Amino acid sequence: MINFDYIRMGSISSAVKALDKFPDAKIIAGGSNLIDLMKRNVMAPTKLIDINPLPLKYIHTTKQGVQIGALALNSQAADHELIKTKYPLLSMAINAGASAQLRNMATFGGNMMQRTRCSYFYDTTMPCNKREPNSGCSALTGINRMHGIFGTSDVCIAVNPSDMNVALVALDAKVILKSAKKERTIAFADFHKLAGDSPQLDNHLQKNEMITDIIIPENQFYNNSYYLKVRDRHSYAFALISVAAGLEMDGQNIKKVRLAMGGVAHKPWRLYDAENFLQGKTASLQNFEEAAKIAMKGAKSYGHNDFKLALAPSSIVEALLKASHLS
Amino acid sequence: MENLLNLAAEDTDRTDGILKVTGGAKYSAEYQIPGITYGVLVPSTIAKGKINSLDTKAAENAPGVIKVLSHLNVNNSVPRYAKDQALIIDRNINKVFYNDQILFAGQPIAMVIADTYERAVYAASLIKAVYQKAPHQTNLELNIANAVAPNPNAKDYVRNQIDAYKDAEVFIEAEYDQPNHIHNPMELGSIIAHWEGDGLTVYDKTQGVFSSQRHYASLYEIDSKKVRVIAPHVGGAFGMALHSWPYQDATVIAAKITNRPVKTMLTRIQMFTMVGYRPETKQFVGIGASKEGILQGITHKAWAVTSSFDNFTEGTVRPSQFMYKCPNVNTIYRLVKMDVSNPIWMRGPGEATGMYALECAMDELAYKLNMDPIELRLKNYAVINPENELPWSSKFLDECYEIGAKKIGWSNRNPKPASMKENGMLVGYGVGSGVFNAGRSSATARATLDETGKLTIQSAASDIGPGTGIMMKKVAMDSFQTEGKEVFVELGDTNLPPAPTQGGSNTTSTVGSAVYDACTALKEKMVQVYHQFIVTDGQQHAYENFTFKNGAIILGGKSTSYTDLIKKAGLKELTVTRESKAGNERQKYAFNSFAVHFVKLHIHPFTGMVKVVQVVSAVDAGKIISEKQARSQMIGGVVGGIGMALTEEGIYDHRFGVYANNNFADYHVPVHADIPPIDILFVNKPDPYINPIGAKGLGEVSIIGLAPAIANAVFHATGKRVRDLPITLDKITVWES
Repeated sequence: MINFDYIRMGSISSAVKALDKFPDAKIIAGGSNLIDLMKRNVMAPTKLIDINPLPLKYIHTTKQGVQIGALALNSQAADHELIKTKYPLLSMAINAGASAQLRNMATFGGNMMQRTRCSYFYDTTMPCNKREPNSGCSALTGINRMHGIFGTSDVCIAVNPSDMNVALVALDAKVILKSAKKERTIAFADFHKLAGDSPQLDNHLQKNEMITDIIIPENQFYNNSYYLKVRDRHSYAFALISVAAGLEMDGQNIKKVRLAMGGVAHKPWRLYDAENFLQGKTASLQNFEEAAKIAMKGAKSYGHNDFKLALAPSSIVEALLKASHLS
Repeated sequence: MENLLNLAAEDTDRTDGILKVTGGAKYSAEYQIPGITYGVLVPSTIAKGKINSLDTKAAENAPGVIKVLSHLNVNNSVPRYAKDQALIIDRNINKVFYNDQILFAGQPIAMVIADTYERAVYAASLIKAVYQKAPHQTNLELNIANAVAPNPNAKDYVRNQIDAYKDAEVFIEAEYDQPNHIHNPMELGSIIAHWEGDGLTVYDKTQGVFSSQRHYASLYEIDSKKVRVIAPHVGGAFGMALHSWPYQDATVIAAKITNRPVKTMLTRIQMFTMVGYRPETKQFVGIGASKEGILQGITHKAWAVTSSFDNFTEGTVRPSQFMYKCPNVNTIYRLVKMDVSNPIWMRGPGEATGMYALECAMDELAYKLNMDPIELRLKNYAVINPENELPWSSKFLDECYEIGAKKIGWSNRNPKPASMKENGMLVGYGVGSGVFNAGRSSATARATLDETGKLTIQSAASDIGPGTGIMMKKVAMDSFQTEGKEVFVELGDTNLPPAPTQGGSNTTSTVGSAVYDACTALKEKMVQVYHQFIVTDGQQHAYENFTFKNGAIILGGKSTSYTDLIKKAGLKELTVTRESKAGNERQKYAFNSFAVHFVKLHIHPFTGMVKVVQVVSAVDAGKIISEKQARSQMIGGVVGGIGMALTEEGIYDHRFGVYANNNFADYHVPVHADIPPIDILFVNKPDPYINPIGAKGLGEVSIIGLAPAIANAVFHATGKRVRDLPITLDKITVWES
């Protein structure tokens, strides 16, 4: 770890001003990922801007739905009565991630900024385009059991490791981003990006911007939500495959459906085509299997992760069965 | 030995329990030494080749740096290295920083010593090595053709006919693969070395203070007495601290060269290449029986990984030679030497690996015979050890099958694979047996009774976790028929009477016996004193006529407190030291501990995720000295076995010859939420021949046989045989979707 400067900010305006002034600075909140990356010399910011004092820890209802401050803790949201009753998918996804200790430190903004767990990204002795552009992707022909099957690029097949993100993309969340000069609101689905030819960038956040809020529009999925996480260890482990499923049912008829997957792409992966297929259909094993088949179109594996091509549709079906209370 | 009745709860607690849970137990890195400095190692990033150049200038000029050590400045400063340039590196002779050769990825190539840990870490990042790479080998499969015998004199074992299983009416042949399991106890490898003049004090993470003492003394060719090794608390070791590693030698050398106390603590990543692992092993088992299930032949072959510089050898195929009554057995054991760090014993060493294959093969054979797996084992139950034809000193393995099967509800099991379901989950039951040598070596213990009635027991044994302290205390408590509050134990220090290295399920048998013998000798001495100062009529009373109970020596209804006894003798204390060791009983009997592990698990039919829902382990380890600690130790082994079966695997990226999962996010050990209720059943019958206390030891059998129980349960749940560990969900592929 190299020496770095540390400044602590008391207001949103002073934080974004600091970002403007120090474009290479990194924001630190819970630090549960950034500190690890710094200890391993994967990231070496020369300046940290601590935003913990900022008044962004709230979770409250608004006209649109629920608004969550970027500094709200993961555990705070997962245990929040409003989230548990109206947005249980988010609660389930958060609780499927990490350990209790980490969830007590991790913030919403920080979780969104969590970097991939590709082991080549972490090990500075091996090539990695995400860590060091143009050095090569070790995972393509290396150990790639955890890696992506959707939207991969030939320079990076890493996946976004978050569970929370999968629920948020399924729930049509929006993100408020603030810089010294302006504020913008974008769809959560547009926050993260595919690796493309710039794998060093995980998302579309500009260097002078910070995340201030996450907004989840009101929905009627709360009776039929399920987050399935398939992993190598029950207690805690990053997802091999995860599926977020939210249904709005009218009897056995699916009025609305939201489906997303984790552990499969560089960003939380929304299954729009499968959703379109299921909309207005009956909840049945047959329809779920068809939806899973549709969802798998375009999937591509890389050797160690070949099993995901079979595990992913199986997991989609299981999540839908659970969400619709068919199993 | 009599049991004490009605013991208070605290009398069965660990002697270090409160210290450990309150942070009061000092581990080797936690001693405060004035002027301490910090050593940080730089690992090699290539697997094989040589260091062409090593630029340490920036590191040397970095703030707080005292010294940078490497092959450029260490070699001849170490007397043993200087004396014998041809000295061969093996697991006993590390020769750290000896030359420019790279033998494995993660090999220490330099050490920075600085005034703070952070400054040492930073300076270490500034060291630049330029390597000349050579082609490396880390892939077992690709190197099997180059396998060698473990030593020139090693002979393959043959009992009667080779490959006789092929002539049996029913036989199976199968290959079983097990990956590297990396040593990762909670306490990282750590050491403080402190020279004062020509004397060295080492606070060490070690399983044996005396073997460490000899090792460090040999580096500097000094009298062992000049070296004091202190290790009263060890935060888990499992075999990794059975000998000293390069990081420890580097610290001792650094302390000498800088003339300052130096502390080194490995990082979790460094643990993957610097303290050993259970070696990846490929096995073949051919096993055949008559239609009635009478074994005709066993062929067991193993190919195990070792480093290019050490023939690390385990007893992997040995259990097949005596576990079952079988007329024809042959075994072959080979080493595959590659460009990897050195393996080392890990809990249940060898046998855990070998019994994984044998007990899976027994299950496969049972299914082919359409026979209950337990019935097959009982049909071939050995009463006389078939390898050496000696009777067992004690063997209650049959009872283990019986009580374990009853507890897990084996009779409720429908033997048909993939036939049982519970709450939507596939249900599997599996069984696996464990066996390990019940050893006894030599140890010395001192028992001291002082004028206040306090009894102190001393022996230098390490306590790496099993509760050796309470074991020693409990033996003394039983011997003196007293509660624990007057009994104190000291261990883990070369200033104490010698005890062997803690390993191989030996400590209770060996050190416990020494404590027993020392206590008996102390009681005899007390009887002598009694005759001199209490009974003055000149009459001699036989030792057997005395009773020792609750702080008093009793003869014919007359009770004399220990305090009075010592005071009347005009003494401060009574003390005896006794060495205790095995005798010729080792030639007359076969000595083994046994265990049977039963597992019930659930498998998710859509995802293949495995959840162990119950484990029952029944163990014959002779007399159980401290039931609470023995149970804890068994639970620890079971947890290790669950990791071995389902999650643990050191994964190489063979292109680079490095681990791709050298951290706890990617290398999965089971944690609390992965562990089901575990029932431990003790046969608890003393072994009449092994030692005076009747205890056989159980640290190893706690894990041996657990992994095959899980593998067999996975087969029962799904009908799929997974023959390579760990059994991850992608290998099961039973998805019903």
